[in-house]
Amino acid sequence: MKNILWTVALCAAVTAHAETVYVTLEKDNALAVVDPIAGTLTKTVPVGQRPRGIAISPDNKFLYIATSDDDTIKIIDAETLEEVGRLPSGEDPETFAVSPDGRRMYVSNEDDSQVTVIDVQERKAIKEIKVGVEPEGIAASPDGRWVISASETTNMLHWIDTESLSIVDNTLVDPRPRALSFTADSKFVWATSEMAGTLTILDAETRQIVKNIKLEVPGVTFDKIQPVGVAIDKDNRWGYVAMGPANRVAVINAKTYEIEKFLLVGERVWNLAFSPDQKRLYTTNGVSNDISIIDLASHKVTKSVGVGRYPWGVVAKP
Amino acid sequence: MIVRSLLLGISMLSLTVFVAQAEQKQEIEIVYFTQEKTAPPALSNLDPFIQDKGELGAELAIDDNNTTGQFTGQLYKLNKVIVPIDGDVAQEFNDKIAGKFSFVVANLPADDLLKIIDANKPEHTLIFDAGTTDDSLRQRCGSDVLHILPSRAMRADALAQYMLKKRWAKWFLVIGASDEDKLFAAAIKRSAKRFGMKIVAEKAWDHTYDARRTAQSDVPVFTQGVDYDILVVADEQGLFGEYLDYRTWIPRPVIGTQGLIATSWHRAHEQWGAVQIQNRFKEQKGRWMEEADYGAYLAIRAVGEAATRTQSSQLNDIKPYLLSDKFALQGYKGRPLSFRTWNGQLRQPLLLAAPRSLVAVAPIEGFLHPKTELDTLGFDQPETKFK
Repeated sequence: MKNILWTVALCAAVTAHAETVYVTLEKDNALAVVDPIAGTLTKTVPVGQRPRGIAISPDNKFLYIATSDDDTIKIIDAETLEEVGRLPSGEDPETFAVSPDGRRMYVSNEDDSQVTVIDVQERKAIKEIKVGVEPEGIAASPDGRWVISASETTNMLHWIDTESLSIVDNTLVDPRPRALSFTADSKFVWATSEMAGTLTILDAETRQIVKNIKLEVPGVTFDKIQPVGVAIDKDNRWGYVAMGPANRVAVINAKTYEIEKFLLVGERVWNLAFSPDQKRLYTTNGVSNDISIIDLASHKVTKSVGVGRYPWGVVAKP
Repeated sequence: MIVRSLLLGISMLSLTVFVAQAEQKQEIEIVYFTQEKTAPPALSNLDPFIQDKGELGAELAIDDNNTTGQFTGQLYKLNKVIVPIDGDVAQEFNDKIAGKFSFVVANLPADDLLKIIDANKPEHTLIFDAGTTDDSLRQRCGSDVLHILPSRAMRADALAQYMLKKRWAKWFLVIGASDEDKLFAAAIKRSAKRFGMKIVAEKAWDHTYDARRTAQSDVPVFTQGVDYDILVVADEQGLFGEYLDYRTWIPRPVIGTQGLIATSWHRAHEQWGAVQIQNRFKEQKGRWMEEADYGAYLAIRAVGEAATRTQSSQLNDIKPYLLSDKFALQGYKGRPLSFRTWNGQLRQPLLLAAPRSLVAVAPIEGFLHPKTELDTLGFDQPETKFK
């Protein structure tokens, strides 16, 4: 009787908030599929050599996964988890950004200091844009106007105009820029600098830096504060920064730029993704081999789910 | 030799003219200064002698600087000055470099480096030492020389931290015959004292012809009769250290200059983006990146980073920036690298590596420091006489 009740309750929960979280496992060559409501690992499927960057198509039908050592980005059916195609990403793809209309993909090619632009429909590379040394973080603005590529060793943000597909401006930022994210209104860009332990906020209109936030945690030495992933909610109320080996996520007020609090998550927290309804945030914790689930109403970590070795990227599907 | 330097002079001249005509770029010229080497004796043919260790790292760094330079309007040029085997290093420095260039990356042994430091005028030329590990060179007051590679004391401390963590508290120290081996052993002894470890036995490896030929029978006898946790070897040239592992009387691991080593760079290292530079280096240069390459690479990248930030090519701007709190160099080791202002040493994590795997990275977790844990390695400011 008890069992039946549990099953019913579970079913109700699943139907109420059906949601799937996908996590790339860099060392397991696999994709972990997580039920975030139940807080359980549903399954793990092989996906290719050294999977890292992951994104979902705007229609939620396909996953794009950079399998770095296969030198390709795989297109995976989000339901069946079967491979349905590959994109010519150039060598050793790690991070990439999908345009808001889903038609184009911009891939960082770290070893070649360039960004490859791909026509997703045609599955063809249409342009290579030379950028600084070791481009990594890349983001497309929601309004479709900009793509910004961050080069880790050159320490610059390269502003790529999506019409001409050429660099129109470069902004020098703090050492080793890693990840960046636009606000939903495309007005601001948040960029993390891993080696400086800072977050830089830029005005997308003027392309000028409007704020530089030094992330400091009492009791943690400065050189362990290495911000990587960054995400800002759609209402532009809160921004979240994964702080790497500081094992925390910083919660930042997106209006005042004050740091609200630090949430203790798993070890070497790397990348972040919102649930589709933005009620939760998921973090990949590279060293502790799990993901943390953060409840955004209370700003509390509610659960951690073991997923496999070196969880790298994360994305959620309704 | 005369023809060679003449040719170099001509090519330099023509380059300068060409650039001046081409565009108004800020030009930063860096000298890579080294001497040709003879192949040292080696125990095995597995690791071939590499003549251009360091030089190829310098080349890669110039390329990386120039990739950035295309966005900042700066042009970096590498000027290689390679002294022939029978040449005089101090003489060449005076003739070709002194007073002519602001930045020199020297890949030289300690005694030669000291000669050019003495000949140098720090207000004109900043010397980057990308070759030595000598602690005495780092005990000279001031920061007129910036030392890129970790000193012996830093290496010994890194190993000691790991041994302390493993509770390998009783050390058996084996010391080779060369002066360098004695310096490494001195660093080991300093670390033992610093971390409260005990050297229960200390023996010199005589290095006679017989000893080398009969390693199989000699090493067990050599290590017999001592109760110890770990064998610490000081053999910087690699003349006998490889013989020790698996041949000791009681089964004990080997650490030091062979076995588990402490180094600033290793081919097994691939974390924190290191795999990117390992790949880039191998693809372009056709061999693995060696520690000397990493040293020269970092020196030139340091100039590049400071020139980018200050938007200047001048020593007067770049040197203060290098020594300031703002300077943070990306060195593929998970923490920002910077210079210790009291002795010009680059502070950095050390890799503890076995021949084919990365075992740990020092500072080892748990070794704390009020400013940065990186300063738990080597001579910390309060331990030196400088302010």
